[in-house]
Amino acid sequence: MELFTNQVLAGIATGAIYACMALAVVMIYQAIDHLNFAQGEMAMFSTFISWQLMQWGVSYWAAFVITLAFSFVAGIAIERILFKPLAKAPVLTNVAGFIALFAIINSSAGLIWDFTIKQYPTPFGSAPFLGSQLISTHQAGMIGVTVLLLLGLYFFFQYTRIGLAMRAAASVPESARLVGINTSWMIALGWGMATAIGSIAGMLIAPVVFLEPNMMGGVLIYGFAAAVLGGLSSPFGAVVGGFLVGVFENLAGTYIPGVGNELKLPIALALIISVLVVKPAGLFGRQIVKRV
Amino acid sequence: MSAAEEVVAEGHQAVEAVPKRAMTLGTGTSLVVLAALLVVPMFVKNFIIFQMTMLLIYGLAVLALNILTGGSGQFSLGQSAFYAVGAYTSAVLMEHANLNYALTIPISAAVCFGFGYLFGKPALRLSGVYLALATFALATAMPQLLKLNFLEHWTGGVQGLVVTKPDAPFGLPMSQDTWLYYFTLIVTLAIYLLSVNLLRSRSGRAFMAIRDNEIAASSMGVNVALYKTLAFGVSAAITGVAGSLGAIAVQFVAPDSYTITLAISLFLGMVVGGVGWLPGSFVGAAFIIFVPNMAESISKGLSGAVFGVLLFLVIYLVPHGARQIAILGQQFAGKLKKN
Repeated sequence: MELFTNQVLAGIATGAIYACMALAVVMIYQAIDHLNFAQGEMAMFSTFISWQLMQWGVSYWAAFVITLAFSFVAGIAIERILFKPLAKAPVLTNVAGFIALFAIINSSAGLIWDFTIKQYPTPFGSAPFLGSQLISTHQAGMIGVTVLLLLGLYFFFQYTRIGLAMRAAASVPESARLVGINTSWMIALGWGMATAIGSIAGMLIAPVVFLEPNMMGGVLIYGFAAAVLGGLSSPFGAVVGGFLVGVFENLAGTYIPGVGNELKLPIALALIISVLVVKPAGLFGRQIVKRV
Repeated sequence: MSAAEEVVAEGHQAVEAVPKRAMTLGTGTSLVVLAALLVVPMFVKNFIIFQMTMLLIYGLAVLALNILTGGSGQFSLGQSAFYAVGAYTSAVLMEHANLNYALTIPISAAVCFGFGYLFGKPALRLSGVYLALATFALATAMPQLLKLNFLEHWTGGVQGLVVTKPDAPFGLPMSQDTWLYYFTLIVTLAIYLLSVNLLRSRSGRAFMAIRDNEIAASSMGVNVALYKTLAFGVSAAITGVAGSLGAIAVQFVAPDSYTITLAISLFLGMVVGGVGWLPGSFVGAAFIIFVPNMAESISKGLSGAVFGVLLFLVIYLVPHGARQIAILGQQFAGKLKKN
């Protein structure tokens, strides 16, 4: 039983990483209706920016704020320059654009900061949390930040005019335009916010997985899986999905014989697909109604 | 986040509706391309012949994805898994059962058809991003499955298997590479013609009806479940054949040659060639074979970035892929005729 509780706790700790990433994925999915494959790389690049700032002697929290602002602006710029011209292009062409963006960011980061692993500081310290060996204060801090972020987003979308406008632009663009919402800029704003959330995720994840250009590869896959499991239309579902994926991955690795680190990912994905076969819109997602 | 139910309006669909006549090339153009494919290998070096062989092989794999996505409207990021199954079927049969390479190809087509058909069953419940994730899972799992211990006797584990390259039969005076090229060309032509006919047949029309509107198709009596799984099966079978040919051409199979990267390349090939335009598959294949090399030669350190920029340029200029150029060409030729 103790092994079980420990594994669940460890799973929650890694799950926090996935939850963070999944939240960013869902944010951009809400704004633009596509899964952005370059999301992880964008987060990685932002994290490198904050690392560079700290190397230049800026304090952690100042670097944090500057990076957040930089990511927000960069996200908007990427949308305006690269993806606005593709707005009328087919969906699959847009996906190809994400893959191109992935290649560009990954390769540039590799050239600027090279591929060696770098240490990244944590603001929360890394002592055991409440005497548990499995959860450190950093991981507890990460869970706290994720929950705060989720609450903030909920209030933003539910109780502010601009949040309402973004929701309208995403769900019924035609009608939103008729009531005077600038839907094109709402999409850009969505990109900016998603990039900023991604950068928070990156800065929280970096102390755990270490900083290098490919650090987001695995995390993003789990982030997508978590977002899809929770339902792509629900930020709350994304966070729950993240924790579930983290816990399940750990339990599968411990209890199913023959599953080493190698097979953890396929098994976690297989479980998610079985869930989707039963609930095609994810655990907390809205069922999409199609009109003929 | 909104309380109201999301309604997908009509005309909003993931894959464009391409009419079936716009899916192929005219007879004249086809004959010119065929003549070029027959004659060129006689005048070029072995390495270029090898690259042309790979072009045909990847072209086949992109074509398979095109039938699935452009034809039946289902999205797949798992094509590398079918490719791997085809490649391993051929490699294992040739090396362990000493079977003739040509005979392994129909076998791997059959094996992959079964595999794709069975995978298509649970995938029926999923569409769009959800289907993308499911196929993606298949692609990430495949290399790990091939490395499993109890399969190692057959698959060679991480090391993979070495495949012997076949000689030209009947004492034909040509090098192994040239023979393999012509062999691949024959298989490619056969599959291309079959695919064109498939899309023109009753089944092809059923695919397209499902792609354009699933509910309307089913209300007209199309068996949606059957044709969707069938599309997966056919696509997997063709990808499997491409995998077999690829294994024979490269003379080597290993789990790490068939990762998600391959599936993403095939997807890019389809977009660049034009979704739903079968001849474009080969244009797309040329893009995924030659452009990464080109990017590497422009800048070693930034090859990924150069590749990304080139890809962006292509999708800006022709968001509908090579098909768009072909349509423009046709219109231009039509104008010339009128004058």
